[in-house]
Amino acid sequence: MGTLNQPRPLLDVSRTPTVVFGHRSIIWWGQSGLMAIEGTMFAIFIATYFFLRTRETDWPPGFDLPALKWGSINLALLVLSAVPNQWLKKKSEQGELGAVRIGLIAMSLIGIVNCAIRAFEFPSLNCVWDGNAYGSVTWTLLGFHTFHLVTDTCDTLVLTVIMFFTPIEGRRFEDVSVNALYWYFIIITFIATYLVIYWAPRWL
Amino acid sequence: MKRRSSFWLVVLCCGLACLVSCHGNQSALDSKGLQAARIERLWWLMFSIVVAVYLVVLGWFGTAVLRSRTRQSVQEIPPQVNVEADRRMTVVVAWAIGLTVVLLFVMLTASVRTGHAIANLSSKNPVTIDVIGHQWWWEVRYEATQADQTVVTANEIHVPVGQPVVIKTSSVDVIHSFWAPNLHGKRDLIPGYQNAVWLQADQPGTYRGQCAEFCGHQHAHMAFFVVAEPLEKFNAWLAQQVSTPAPPSDQVSKQGEQVFLSHTCVMCHTVRGNGSGGKLGPDLTHIASRMTIAAGTLPNNRGNLAGWILDSQSIKPGNKMPPNPLKPDDLNALLEYLETLK
Amino acid sequence: MTPTEQSAVASAPDIDRLANLERIWKDPSGFWGWFTHVNHRSIGKRYMVTAFAFFLAGGVLAALMRIQLSRPENHFLGPDLYNQIFTTHGSTMMFLFAVPMMFEALSVYLVPLMVGNRNICFPRLNAYSYYVYLAGGLLLYAGLFINTGPDAGWFAYVPLSGPDFTPGKRSDIWAQMITFTELSALAVAVEVIITTFKLRAPGMSLNRIPLFVWAQAIVAFMVIFAMPAVMLSSTMLLMDRTVNTHFFNPAEGGDAILYQHLFWFFGHPEVYIIFIPGTGIVSTIISTFSRRRIFGYTAILLSMVGTAFVGFGLWVHHMFATGLPQMGESFFTAASLMVVIASGTQVFCWLVTMWTGKVVLKTPMLFALAFFFVFVMGGLTGVLMASVPVDLQIHDTFFIVAHFHYVLIGGAVFPLFGALYYWMPKITGRMLSETAGKWHFWLFFIGFNMTFFPMHILGLRGMPRRVYTYSSSMHWASLNMLASAGAVFMTAAVLIFIANFFWHQKKGELAGNNPWGAATLEWATSSPPPVYNFAELPTVNGRDALWDALPNQPIVEGLDEDCRQVLVTRVMDADPDHRDEFPEATPIPFIAAIATSGFFISTIFTAKAFFPTIIVVGIVLLIWYWPRRQPSLRRKEREIWEH
Repeated sequence: MGTLNQPRPLLDVSRTPTVVFGHRSIIWWGQSGLMAIEGTMFAIFIATYFFLRTRETDWPPGFDLPALKWGSINLALLVLSAVPNQWLKKKSEQGELGAVRIGLIAMSLIGIVNCAIRAFEFPSLNCVWDGNAYGSVTWTLLGFHTFHLVTDTCDTLVLTVIMFFTPIEGRRFEDVSVNALYWYFIIITFIATYLVIYWAPRWL
Repeated sequence: MKRRSSFWLVVLCCGLACLVSCHGNQSALDSKGLQAARIERLWWLMFSIVVAVYLVVLGWFGTAVLRSRTRQSVQEIPPQVNVEADRRMTVVVAWAIGLTVVLLFVMLTASVRTGHAIANLSSKNPVTIDVIGHQWWWEVRYEATQADQTVVTANEIHVPVGQPVVIKTSSVDVIHSFWAPNLHGKRDLIPGYQNAVWLQADQPGTYRGQCAEFCGHQHAHMAFFVVAEPLEKFNAWLAQQVSTPAPPSDQVSKQGEQVFLSHTCVMCHTVRGNGSGGKLGPDLTHIASRMTIAAGTLPNNRGNLAGWILDSQSIKPGNKMPPNPLKPDDLNALLEYLETLK
Repeated sequence: MTPTEQSAVASAPDIDRLANLERIWKDPSGFWGWFTHVNHRSIGKRYMVTAFAFFLAGGVLAALMRIQLSRPENHFLGPDLYNQIFTTHGSTMMFLFAVPMMFEALSVYLVPLMVGNRNICFPRLNAYSYYVYLAGGLLLYAGLFINTGPDAGWFAYVPLSGPDFTPGKRSDIWAQMITFTELSALAVAVEVIITTFKLRAPGMSLNRIPLFVWAQAIVAFMVIFAMPAVMLSSTMLLMDRTVNTHFFNPAEGGDAILYQHLFWFFGHPEVYIIFIPGTGIVSTIISTFSRRRIFGYTAILLSMVGTAFVGFGLWVHHMFATGLPQMGESFFTAASLMVVIASGTQVFCWLVTMWTGKVVLKTPMLFALAFFFVFVMGGLTGVLMASVPVDLQIHDTFFIVAHFHYVLIGGAVFPLFGALYYWMPKITGRMLSETAGKWHFWLFFIGFNMTFFPMHILGLRGMPRRVYTYSSSMHWASLNMLASAGAVFMTAAVLIFIANFFWHQKKGELAGNNPWGAATLEWATSSPPPVYNFAELPTVNGRDALWDALPNQPIVEGLDEDCRQVLVTRVMDADPDHRDEFPEATPIPFIAAIATSGFFISTIFTAKAFFPTIIVVGIVLLIWYWPRRQPSLRRKEREIWEH
């Protein structure tokens, strides 16, 4: 290494950006880490569900099949919400504040509606968590997804407030973009959860 | 030099281990049954391979350190970043990995073959014994086609020598593990599951086993005995166990029976023939024929039995049997009665 | 690839500039300041001290166990207390010492230095993770001290640990301690991965990352995929006990074996999570003290990756006695044997490194070399138990206890002591005593073998594990007494280390930047490093940064030095990518940890606490996230969007 008194060649990074999106951003990496962890939790819940299935002859044991209505409505709404979600994500990466504000209001409303429908889904499962193992795993799996749904809805609401009422810097757009990624996670994990809870008892 | 001497110390210990391990009741290396013998053969094969590997690795290691060590300080030795010898050494490492793979494969094959062999023991009309785990004792049942031919006992299993028997395992509370190392490896007793394990004792004898899955307070005192005996003796034992004991004939034993029936004993224990039906504790119909009490904890004699009845908590703290402060002549009568239950 | 720009002659580090960097990067000192620290070395040191304290606590519990077992039918400890003690010993060593020390403490302190950056990714999350870990450990010991310690073993099998057979809060405390420690480890795992892949010095391409850093990154991935399983199994246990779910209740469709699958799916990777950092340490120390680059960098790296992957496919070997189908069990035998190839490869590469190098036997090297005696023996007994028939005899006996202590102490504790002697000069600026180090080493080595070697024999002779006493008729007494005697030597060794630690802080020889002539970047800065880690952020020219450095290796310039700006680089070649800003000191992580602890602990006692406490957590997290006006305005003014 050079000594203190010798000239050192320099690598000048002063013109590198300070606002980046996608996999260049460390916030994106953090969110991806969270999705990996939570995704693994979902996978293990689902594996638990099927393991418990192998221990029974009837399925669901002791309860009626979960009713399809509310779950299917929620699924449809979530899948369709991918469209405004993607729009919002693109706009945030372009830094268009006006569009981002509208998008965030829309996604907040969608999230609130999803949460409200979820409140109807639980009773329509036709089982109780303390009835048997099937009831326990069904409620807990849906409950785990609900935890994420509620969390992301809250995140979206907070971002909405922030994008209206605080000084907006590039980072905030990064946060909106990464939050949209989280919403995709909510959608995809619900597709899996929905198929397991509502259709596994019908197909298996 | 220090490294050499600790190396030899290790070798010596291994040697000692071999000598010291070979004998003993409840020893996996003192096989008296077919399954345990097969496992022991596999053990010695694998053990020899791993000891040889260990010695070779230590040898390589010792030589490397001896030939490369220097008394210079780190600052005096400029680090090498390109070493000529690395090309040749890649070949050496490749061979070492190759040899490792071969040895692992040998051990895998031997293991799978032994696994098949021990799983393939069977026979047409084996003696079938249900072993049901309780905290902290073993319920032992010899099922028969007629209900009144069923033998129910505890903590002691008799088997005919030289014949396969099947042990069906289950548990009423937590997970236990049935393990009589002189005869076979262990099998867990899991609530909600019924497993079956085949065993065969090849020599007559009494083999101690012990619960091998932590099951709570008195896991340490949950042993059992497997008594392997010639077929005629086994049949005689079984017939004895099936029989209902004669009612007590002398005064003291009659009084003892009354003590049994009028105290809390009957809430947990059964003695066939006197009307009791408690199922929480071991069946006592033939208690006097058993070698031990309290799941192998104490020899079955009058003094130990008295101590156990009066205050089992001081012997197995936390076990499910409460203390029974009996008056001395009640206790004496009860012991007389229990001694008639052969 | 951004070309290196030659600029006008750069002046020597300016005294004013360094004072300014110090001002910007320093966290407040003093009592209240302590709760606001976000500097990775500060948090790393806390992890080390706390984890070591738990190691000592676990050691005391072990000593109590050895006293009880030194004689047959001993009455030193009754069964209830003994069961709490062995459970707490195991839980402490696995959850409160091994992972927090080998993975969290060492990676938090060393990885940012080794990759040449100023701090770890997500500094506030890092601080939060420490407080959460501490809270979990305190919870466990609070339970033990009020006679509500868990007593169902460190893996707490159901139904024993369930609502029917363990009344009270014992298992709940255990289950929630898991939640605390796993949350902490998961947070650090995310930070380590991002630091390793995105915060490296320019020039440190993927194939130039030090093996120690690779080891920690690989472990971080394992943590992410393994810990959810135990989070779920412990939470399901907690729910069965508190809100009447039936996951593990066979009477209502639940299953006791499900618990074992979930637990061991985590439990087997867990031991590799503990062991792989040990191999990273050994690779580093052997290279430095053989005075050559490590032989077989790629092979060692692939071995660690291979161990990580294959390690997820072994878990059923903990369940061979449960009566699973034979064919399935054979698969797990094969996988358990296969993983040996990876460990063996590493051992062979280290041996070659020493064979072709010049070996200097300083204390760190002695501890690294103990690996060959201790871990290799443990690994070989592991080969024995990979075989189902053999395992059916030795499972749940003292043979297993011997095995796992050989692999864990050989694979983690010995390398850890080596790491402490090796890196302590960097952390404190002074050398530990070599003489005391050698006494420590030999006493520990002899004591360890004296305690644990006889256990192999005890297991073969039928002594099951987790027994609070044994009968004198079993002839196990003399070997037990020998094992207990060894504990005395190990205690003496650890006391010598502690004395050495305190002595060296006043009297140890000053270390200077690089007392070992080592290769990695932490040795390029002063001992201890300044709060900003490097006066000039380095670039790298090869796998062994300091050994491969050019005479005039370029330095990084152009970062804003009036705020905590860091350089983020690209994954493959570590080319400069963009600049990010790290947070200032703040008490929010501490407050968030208090809120989280409130949530975790109160919900053990009543389900009604769930919503109020989680709302409090939400509010604190909101404050954590909420942007601060002035920094936002400043950044907005200078911002450069990606092109």
